[in-house]
Amino acid sequence: MTTDVQGLGAGDSKLRDPRVRAVIYQVLVIAIFVAFVAYVGHNTAVNLEKRGIASGFGFLSQPSGFGIGIVLLMDYSSQTSTHFDVLLIGIINTLAVSLSGIFLATIIGFVFGVLRLSKNWVVNKIAAVYIEVVRNIPLLVQLLFWYFAVLGVMPLVKNSFTLGESFLINNRGIYFPSIIPTSGFWLIPVAMLVAIVLWVAIGKWARKRQDLTGETFPVFWAGLGVFIALPVIAAFVMGLPYDIGSPTLGRFNISGGWALEPEFLALLIGLAVYTGAFIAEIVRSGINSVSHGQTEAAHSLGIRPSRTMRLVILPQALRVIVPPLTSQYLNLVKNSSLATAIGYADITAIFAGTSLNQTGQAIEVIGITMLFYLSISLIISMFMNWYNKRIALVER
Amino acid sequence: MAIVKTERHPDMPPPVSQTGVIGWMRENLFSTPLNIVLTVVSIYIAYSALSGLISYAFINANFAGETRDDCTGTGACWVFIKARFGQNMYGFYPVEDRWRVDVGYILGAIGLFMVLSDWFKNKKWAAIYMFAIYPIVCYFLFYGGTFGLTQVETSEWGGLFLTLVLASVSIFVALPLGIVLALGRRSEMPVVRLLCVGFIELIRGVPLITVLFMASVMLPLFLPEGVNFDKLVRALVGMSLFSAAYMAEVVRGGLQAIPKGQMEAANSLGLGYWKAMGLIILPQALKISIPSIVNTFIGLFKDTTLVLIIGLLDLLSVVKAGTTDKEWLGMATEGYVFVAAVFWVFCFGMSRYSIWLENKLHTGHKR
Repeated sequence: MTTDVQGLGAGDSKLRDPRVRAVIYQVLVIAIFVAFVAYVGHNTAVNLEKRGIASGFGFLSQPSGFGIGIVLLMDYSSQTSTHFDVLLIGIINTLAVSLSGIFLATIIGFVFGVLRLSKNWVVNKIAAVYIEVVRNIPLLVQLLFWYFAVLGVMPLVKNSFTLGESFLINNRGIYFPSIIPTSGFWLIPVAMLVAIVLWVAIGKWARKRQDLTGETFPVFWAGLGVFIALPVIAAFVMGLPYDIGSPTLGRFNISGGWALEPEFLALLIGLAVYTGAFIAEIVRSGINSVSHGQTEAAHSLGIRPSRTMRLVILPQALRVIVPPLTSQYLNLVKNSSLATAIGYADITAIFAGTSLNQTGQAIEVIGITMLFYLSISLIISMFMNWYNKRIALVER
Repeated sequence: MAIVKTERHPDMPPPVSQTGVIGWMRENLFSTPLNIVLTVVSIYIAYSALSGLISYAFINANFAGETRDDCTGTGACWVFIKARFGQNMYGFYPVEDRWRVDVGYILGAIGLFMVLSDWFKNKKWAAIYMFAIYPIVCYFLFYGGTFGLTQVETSEWGGLFLTLVLASVSIFVALPLGIVLALGRRSEMPVVRLLCVGFIELIRGVPLITVLFMASVMLPLFLPEGVNFDKLVRALVGMSLFSAAYMAEVVRGGLQAIPKGQMEAANSLGLGYWKAMGLIILPQALKISIPSIVNTFIGLFKDTTLVLIIGLLDLLSVVKAGTTDKEWLGMATEGYVFVAAVFWVFCFGMSRYSIWLENKLHTGHKR
């Protein structure tokens, strides 16, 4: 960078020194930035005062006074609950749809990514059509399509589709039987926890045995068996400690059972299908990046194709897949804010939407909302960086 | 007694089962039992999806007519799209002035052709036309108020026209801003770097909606009293800032791919920072990042639909408003399928172009 030759001629002042210049430039930038912030701050203060908008975070403890469609894990009433409760519900709803969306999108993405690589021409082309169609249509259009054109035309409550006795599908969502715990139910979750611990233990034992003797053990199937068997045994030991609440059709409404609202379903399906297409492309390019020699070498060692995929190809492909996968997860969380277009009560819809309109405190509300998304982004990237480091190539 | 053949046996063609259509099918469709099942299942899925789509969109669809009463078929009723086609394309732009938009399209197409085509050699004039003359002409053409053209307020702009305006203005602002941000992020001055990194990461960490909310709700608060932008300009500010942050990362990727020796060589020839950047580094960096820039533009183009949430009437919102029209209830599927098709054509075209460009620009590294 230092192109100037110093000390040439007495007329050349210190201004020719790039280091001095850099300092001057930076001081200028700071001055402009501070002046800009001060100017904006001054305007904002004047405008706020003129419009009589309060500032500060006092509004969080004021009663909200509006109803919310979907409330999970919390009690909410429009009279007593505050804007802070609204914020919490928004956060919970955003996290609920984001996490289930990430889960579904990952499955869809991996399945279609592998199908896209299939040698079977028909399967390959179906996957290609899915990816190319979905990736090139805006997510918002897809969400509105799912919400208004698919779920919106489901029958009225009194004409619900029924699957068996206790599954109902209508324009208010999907209803399915609920499990109502009675006394002694605690043993079932405990059994599940024990099963998970056992699963991990079986895995460790199997690995040790394989290291010693070379014999393999079907860890997945054994673990799954334990995971299913233990809770079932626990249920029978306690004498079936639960009631099944079937959704029953009343005159105007449905009572009992659990429901998935159409807003949630549309958002979940839309996010998963859209992000899944992007993940499929990532998975495809990741698997393609593993040289074909690896597959040939594994086959020549007599490793079966499915095991080659699982033990040789995927671990190497994951190193390529994980970084872009992280940004897709982040995109999914950020895209869940489109909920506001179909009325799902996420943080953008109810906090940055309704609460903002009621209190008018735009700066605080938008600030908190942005802070929430920023911290989620940070947490997900930290977790994925940790995971990436764990699977990264260990070079000597 | 030995049987010795004195002539060479003629070469036989490979067995029918291994060549031609049959061989290809055996190899690709029916090689294993699992493969056979997969093939049959997916042919069934493809067949039912395709036949359903065709009978919905063509065979059982209505094309002729003017009103809701003409929707008699069980499939799609394209009468809905036809009846509102003008509105879907131009929004509430006055019917007698719509030729101005069309002229703008034609001028833009000419400019795009001059910039992108290989036949037009004088790229300097193409760039001057496209990036200096064309925007000014468009402003006077679309907004009017001078040269005998009636003024058309931006609140009357809408439909596909508004979508294209949003996308092109945003990219026009975002690209230079993104280059500046990318240079700032790679600057050796800590203050500049910190500001740029802060801006880029802040914008990239939050959803576009919150940026649009910020632009539409908070921007009026930031400005001195009496100064007020209309809704379209506020949305444009939000979209431009948002895409500038993404553009900056794309350009940074391009900058990182240029070996350090290029800058050092430029400096040793006596070029200062800006000259070295403008003449040596940026032309190379931008060239290799063109495909990613096109991809970012595709994302930006899809994201313009979000202005629906802050109440602008782009293609999606005009169609959505149409589906809630009392005279056209129950047309949601047709409406959204139409919007999806329009966006798909644009985005798919651009993504193919970007792939083609990538192959074309991939000179020098090919082995």
